[in-house]
Amino acid sequence: MTKDPSSVLPEATQAPPPRAAPPASKAARGRFRVDVRLAGLFGVFVLLCLVGWLTRPDAFFTEGNLSTILRLAAAIGVVSVGMTFVIISGGIDLSVGSIVALSSVWATTLATQAYGPVVMVICALAVGLGCGLINGVLVSYGRVVPFIATLAMYASARGLAERISGRQTQVVRETGFLSFFRGDFLGIPVLIWMFALVFVVGWVLLNRTTFGRRTFAVGGNTEAARLAGINVKRHTALVYGVAGLCCGIAAIMVVARTTSGASTNGLYYELDAIAAVVIGGTLLTGGRGTLIGTLIGVLIFTVLGNIFTLNNLDTDIQNIAKGAIIVLAVLLQFRTNRARKST
Amino acid sequence: MSGPSSLARRRFLTGGAAVGAGALLAACTSNESPQSAPQAVAGNAGQNSQPGQHVTIGFSAPAADHGWMAAMTKNARAQAGQFSDVTFTATEGTNDVNQQIAQVETLINQKVGVLVILPFDGKALTQVGQQAMDAGIPVVNVDRVFDTPLAYRTWIGGDNYRMGVNAGNYIAGELKKKGVASPVIGEVAGIDSLPLTQERSQGFRDALAKHGFAVGPRVSAQFTPESGEQMTSNLLQSAPKLDALWNHDDDQGIGVLAAIDNARRNEFFMVGGAGSRNMMDLIKADSSVIKATVLYSPSMASSAIALARLLGQDKGIGDLAEHEIPANVTTYSAVVTKENVDSYADVAFDS
Repeated sequence: MTKDPSSVLPEATQAPPPRAAPPASKAARGRFRVDVRLAGLFGVFVLLCLVGWLTRPDAFFTEGNLSTILRLAAAIGVVSVGMTFVIISGGIDLSVGSIVALSSVWATTLATQAYGPVVMVICALAVGLGCGLINGVLVSYGRVVPFIATLAMYASARGLAERISGRQTQVVRETGFLSFFRGDFLGIPVLIWMFALVFVVGWVLLNRTTFGRRTFAVGGNTEAARLAGINVKRHTALVYGVAGLCCGIAAIMVVARTTSGASTNGLYYELDAIAAVVIGGTLLTGGRGTLIGTLIGVLIFTVLGNIFTLNNLDTDIQNIAKGAIIVLAVLLQFRTNRARKST
Repeated sequence: MSGPSSLARRRFLTGGAAVGAGALLAACTSNESPQSAPQAVAGNAGQNSQPGQHVTIGFSAPAADHGWMAAMTKNARAQAGQFSDVTFTATEGTNDVNQQIAQVETLINQKVGVLVILPFDGKALTQVGQQAMDAGIPVVNVDRVFDTPLAYRTWIGGDNYRMGVNAGNYIAGELKKKGVASPVIGEVAGIDSLPLTQERSQGFRDALAKHGFAVGPRVSAQFTPESGEQMTSNLLQSAPKLDALWNHDDDQGIGVLAAIDNARRNEFFMVGGAGSRNMMDLIKADSSVIKATVLYSPSMASSAIALARLLGQDKGIGDLAEHEIPANVTTYSAVVTKENVDSYADVAFDS
């Protein structure tokens, strides 16, 4: 679209004073760019909500609908939190959907259900974490390219899920599990609380801890990170572990929502999560990104689906719209990137 | 990155992972089915059930990645087990068209007596079906139809259009009984790009139109419980009041019911599709919104094996005046309700 750097200028001047204030410090400038993009993304989200409200004033801003949107965003949102970590660290995880399937099936196999809800939850988390760590170890210690390592997990975890479930939908008969995770707490569904909790913990971990700083460092420049004394291999393995754990949490949510574990759970989650992370402004090359962007990305897609169904439109058109939004967001990212490089 | 300490750590890490995985496996893998369900087999009566000439039946089907498809393979195997005069040679299910072609070619080379093929893609497998026919091996084509009758001796499959028609007729009938004037009728379809979904929806529309009704809110899911839940959650927000809902597939129906349950809605009744054991149990219990399901039964796989055996033995079907097996057999999409659910329990499948 824009090969000519000069054409970047109008947009830059359109935004409040990036060039008026000469480069103060690299960090400040970086943060400023991110904020502009986040504001733009948030604008898109608000616009979408407006469309929803205008087309269905009776249904969109109802308590039931908003809770439905958040509930639907919860599982993919949690997976996207993990995916943000992986992508910021310079990797990619194609196996998240399969891990969700495996964790959910393992947690709902009847032997597990017989031991009660706590065992089910621990099982889902352990399987998710385990798969993530296997990914991580393969990538860091085994030196397998993330794309290939997680592609292997993508295939084998789904296969194992099919094997364990006998390719049948495992209906949850454990009532304690259902009544807790399908219930409300202070009038808000437990699933939404879980989503919020994972998001806040993820945000603190990424932005306020050494672990987070190391993640950025590893993704930004691996060699520099190594020279700075970071155990890059161990850190990379742990980052994939975080993503796997998120998948385990998401699996619990999916099981609660559908009251069943199936090897088809988490289908296309890897694509949805990567899309959400990318339109949230996280660089696919690593080193930069925000969880708030990811959150807005997830919400945009969920609200889009909701609006389409509220207005009884075809899913085909919804997919086209989804594609258009991804392209627009990436173009925006490309432009801001160029602007940054040209200064 | 080398050095004794890091090596030790590495050993510890891998060792720990292995122990953890082992413990986990031991704790959670056991997965006995709650009920070892009887597979649907045809209770063949009359002369045809007598052991006859020996027949080797080759069987090829897609991967059993879905309750219904899994039931197809299981039913075929169970039916073959009923006959002392049948040897059953099944290949591993695959969704890779090339692999399925290779598998069928292998079966042809093994010179099986009759082939039963459920193609992943009817068009793509047509060629190899024809190859078998040319080699003198009769082909029983199941469900997804080949491009040309030259590629099969007989076809047996379900009736997607009539599935929609029967669902529509049942819903319209119930609504008229209740005296609902202008009802809101929802539809949770399967994968919209598949012809089978389009046929089901068309049948549903046509049947409703005949009664002066129309489909209201409609969503398309993916035949999975999760997608059923997602799409239905949105659909229920869109329609504050529904009178009836048709869900194309009982597998995704588990999710559809979860969404309905979650929204605490019960002002409408729901009709399912395919005929899973889950749904039949719920229909029998009559405690939820689901009141009926329209069959698209994997018992057709059992029938296909029975037909293949008769083909191999040069027999016809009892009660028909024909000497031979008919070229096309279309199964019927009966509506299963509380009243007749017991008589259909034998063809229910575990989704």
